[in-house]
Amino acid sequence: MENPQVLADSSQGLSVFMPILILMVLGVVIFWGAVLVAGLIRPSKPSKLKQTAYECGELPVGQAWSHFNIRFYVTGLIFIIFDVESALMFPAASVFKKLNSIGLGGLALIEILLFVMILVAGIAYCWSKGDLDWVKSLSSKEK
Amino acid sequence: MTDNMPQFFQELFHLETSDCLTFLFYFIGAFILVNIASVIGGLATYAERKISADMQLRIGPNRVGPYGLLQFLADGAKMLMKENIMPLMADRFLFNIAPMLCLVGIFATLAVLPISGNLTLAHLDVGVFYVVAISSLVGLGIFLGGYASNSKWSLLGGMRGASQIISYEIPVVISILSIVLLSGGTSFKTIVHHQGGLPHEWFVLHNPFTFIAFIVYFIGSLAEANRAPFDLPEAESELVSGYHTEYTGMKFAFFALAEYVEVFVLCGVGATLFLGGFNVPFGLDTFLSKTPFPLLAEVVQLGAFFTKTFALYYLVIVIRWTLPRLRVDQLMSLCWKYLTPIALFNLIGTAIWMVYFHDQSIVEIIKAAGSHAGGGH
Repeated sequence: MENPQVLADSSQGLSVFMPILILMVLGVVIFWGAVLVAGLIRPSKPSKLKQTAYECGELPVGQAWSHFNIRFYVTGLIFIIFDVESALMFPAASVFKKLNSIGLGGLALIEILLFVMILVAGIAYCWSKGDLDWVKSLSSKEK
Repeated sequence: MTDNMPQFFQELFHLETSDCLTFLFYFIGAFILVNIASVIGGLATYAERKISADMQLRIGPNRVGPYGLLQFLADGAKMLMKENIMPLMADRFLFNIAPMLCLVGIFATLAVLPISGNLTLAHLDVGVFYVVAISSLVGLGIFLGGYASNSKWSLLGGMRGASQIISYEIPVVISILSIVLLSGGTSFKTIVHHQGGLPHEWFVLHNPFTFIAFIVYFIGSLAEANRAPFDLPEAESELVSGYHTEYTGMKFAFFALAEYVEVFVLCGVGATLFLGGFNVPFGLDTFLSKTPFPLLAEVVQLGAFFTKTFALYYLVIVIRWTLPRLRVDQLMSLCWKYLTPIALFNLIGTAIWMVYFHDQSIVEIIKAAGSHAGGGH
């Protein structure tokens, strides 16, 4: 850890992921186990009316899978960009301390700043275009 | 400090390392961890009802067991005996798989939750990154649950859940990044190692930017766990019950369990990143690990971790019963117009602080300035 020359000083094999696999399998087993055990003791009297979708006591009109206005479609796109950004920032952030300790902190800072500023410009553009609003305002276009 | 739990026990009991034994330790550890997490989730529902009762001058559950403590077991038994109703028009496969995705996503994060130095199942090098990545499964489960039900309430709840969870991931991740900057690694072990037992050694008081980052992280994780004031996906006064309107019995129970355990995990991650994690004040744990009972050190560390986590959990519950729910547009503008720019500013601010003050925390700077002034005389 103390040697600043070694930036990647540890490596782990795939075996450290074993408990995660065990936990995921446990999750699946517990879920289906509980649901199946419940199947033995719970009542089952299905009727057509009971198995309709809940619509406050009325019979449901049509399906829920219909066209409707998905708000924040653009926000979803911005999310992907920012998510990739944060994924790319993790390696840079984890070596920053070591670079700083050997005196290259300023250089790394400028690189991080450059990267973040491009994204800030992107979100500022979206903001000014009104894509972050609930109702995309037309007034911002007219200006 | 050892790398993982089996290694610790093998060294403790002087056992020979074998793959079979490692698997056994992992399996027992995972089983115990899942049970503890489920009990914590159950007790959290009890705590939620009891604390809300306190705040509203009611009594709350007090019939089952001492002080009503076993209420969650009674609830579980009740859920077990409820009829399983699935809408005829629903997508059967996705409907069944959605609560499972929530549960699996949350259980998988438990492996890296740093409850103590050696009892943690795996100290992954990519710890924080892994938690952020795998907890997205919960958002997927919520969206699929809402979509597969083929009910309008569920679909609206699912859509809200999806947009809310993905949006609030951004400020949370960027706040985490400023901690990664400070600690120089994404492993929870590294992050805890760079903090100390006393509050002035925690990252939350390292510099003003991390203090704001903690607040941003906390607000963001409230929204990620669908907790009030951000419980829009299941807003019972507008959407009946949101994405789990059509779920009954055990499947609903697992949605609820996943939600409560997720709050616990997010509080635990918050306590580790910002509040010193399992560090014990005055080096008590290093002292105890040199005595003939090294497990005592783990117990003390567990105590430190759980105290901080449950303190945060208490705060989460109190917030739920204090603040009114936000509107959807307010929710989104809070995330994209306030939290995200603030989090980006924090990230840059932390980086500049590190370069300018050479990694020193604010307390260290004050101390150095004090000793410098004192040395002048």
